[in-house]
Amino acid sequence: MKLTMTVLQFLEDTGNLSRFTARYFAIGFRKPFETRELFRQCYNIGYKSFTLVSLTSLIIGLVLTMQLRPSLVKYGVESRLPIMVGIAIIREIGPVVAALIFAGKIASSIGAELGSMKVTEQIDAMEVSGTNPFKYLVATRVLACTIMLPILIVMADAIALVGAFIGINIQGVTSLRLFFSEIFNSLELTDILPSYIKTYFFGFVIGIVGAYKGYNAVKGTRGVGNAANSAVVLASVLIFIIDLLAVQITEILGLN
Amino acid sequence: MENSLTGSINLTEGRKAVIIIENLSKQFGNHKVLVNLNLTVFEEENVVILGKSGCGKSVLIKCIIGLIKPQRGHIFVTGTDITSIKYDKMDQMRTKIGFLFQSNAIYDSMTVRENLEFPLRRNRVNISQDQINKLVCEALENVGLLHTIDMMPSELSGGMLKRIALARIIILKPKIILYDEPTSGLDPVTAAEIENLILELKKKYHTTSIIISHDMNCVKKTADRVILLLDGSCYAAGTYADFQNSNDINIKQFFQ
Repeated sequence: MKLTMTVLQFLEDTGNLSRFTARYFAIGFRKPFETRELFRQCYNIGYKSFTLVSLTSLIIGLVLTMQLRPSLVKYGVESRLPIMVGIAIIREIGPVVAALIFAGKIASSIGAELGSMKVTEQIDAMEVSGTNPFKYLVATRVLACTIMLPILIVMADAIALVGAFIGINIQGVTSLRLFFSEIFNSLELTDILPSYIKTYFFGFVIGIVGAYKGYNAVKGTRGVGNAANSAVVLASVLIFIIDLLAVQITEILGLN
Repeated sequence: MENSLTGSINLTEGRKAVIIIENLSKQFGNHKVLVNLNLTVFEEENVVILGKSGCGKSVLIKCIIGLIKPQRGHIFVTGTDITSIKYDKMDQMRTKIGFLFQSNAIYDSMTVRENLEFPLRRNRVNISQDQINKLVCEALENVGLLHTIDMMPSELSGGMLKRIALARIIILKPKIILYDEPTSGLDPVTAAEIENLILELKKKYHTTSIIISHDMNCVKKTADRVILLLDGSCYAAGTYADFQNSNDINIKQFFQ
């Protein structure tokens, strides 16, 4: 009985989220555009996340290098360390870790902000003052996430590579030029393009899930907390599902 | 069946109807909230709607502003049936109607100035900054709170927030104002100030108002006509004096 209810609840949630997404595509790109609010959100969502994403990327690059080195030394292929770390960061670890950090910060923030506005009737107030709240609040935030996350991830990848360079130089000596030339000589477009394209989907999912959970928050302050929490959980799970699908699609297309 | 109490007829004679509600019905699940409700509100009239908690008073005014869709019936606002118009047209219609939320619904992340500027920027496309400043100051002067212009909502008391919410409504100079329990949760002195403001706004801007209230002082002071809502439809209509002198058991309980 409980299982049936859970399945039904899951199906209902999936249906509602799909409808919410369809509404985004139907309303979000209609004129007049909320350009001013979109730029404000790009600043809030993108620029203000830069420090956090950069710091975690630097640490990830550093730690990954230090963890890989003993194994490579054991098999006598220590010289391949920059290539291995570079490909790992650009193809997988950089985008996924940055997206998860971004989801933790932004999906919860959007969920809590819209949830709080919903339970205090601020969204209704916006609607009665002749403003479409879906367009003003939801569409701008989702689009800002979709635009800003790929930019952040490009920067995060670069910073993670700097972290990897520092990691290599802690226990050895490699010049910056040699390090980067080894990485870029081994990278191909098929390493960069699929991993870059999926970041747009990560950004979109983080925005739409955060907005969906917040916009549909109920039950007062507890509902706001639930919206923020469930937005992070669902966005994180969806990031992994998209990542899995992206790997399968690149396999099928022979881009691996 | 509506019970017209003595005296109510003279109030409406020769006046133009601004809001006409015909056979309005709304139910949530199996719970019938409004049942074939009929009501006409005339130009420059203050109609107070009285009724027990949960009898559908707030649902009624939310149907008028288009926040809730009724299952059946029609609502004509200045001649336009708002139950059948599209979203864009409804947005235009909403600029003619002000709605004072019970919770005030002030945008808590904006200053008082930004709260008042928001509906202006959204609805008056070619307005200059000087005109915006002038209108904001004028609206705040009307509610006696010009000194709070750069304050955040969190710095203001409940009564002040109510007046700011009222200023945000009158800045668009609406023809109709819907008040959802304007004096609830306020001390008698502040409640009297809000009641005076309602009367001043009517005098100054010639507005038509529907006021939802349980507060008999507010009813006495602001009502041109009182409507008692019972079991989802209009049970009685008349002046405050008519209600006070009535022997009907359903009316008398509000005066005990």
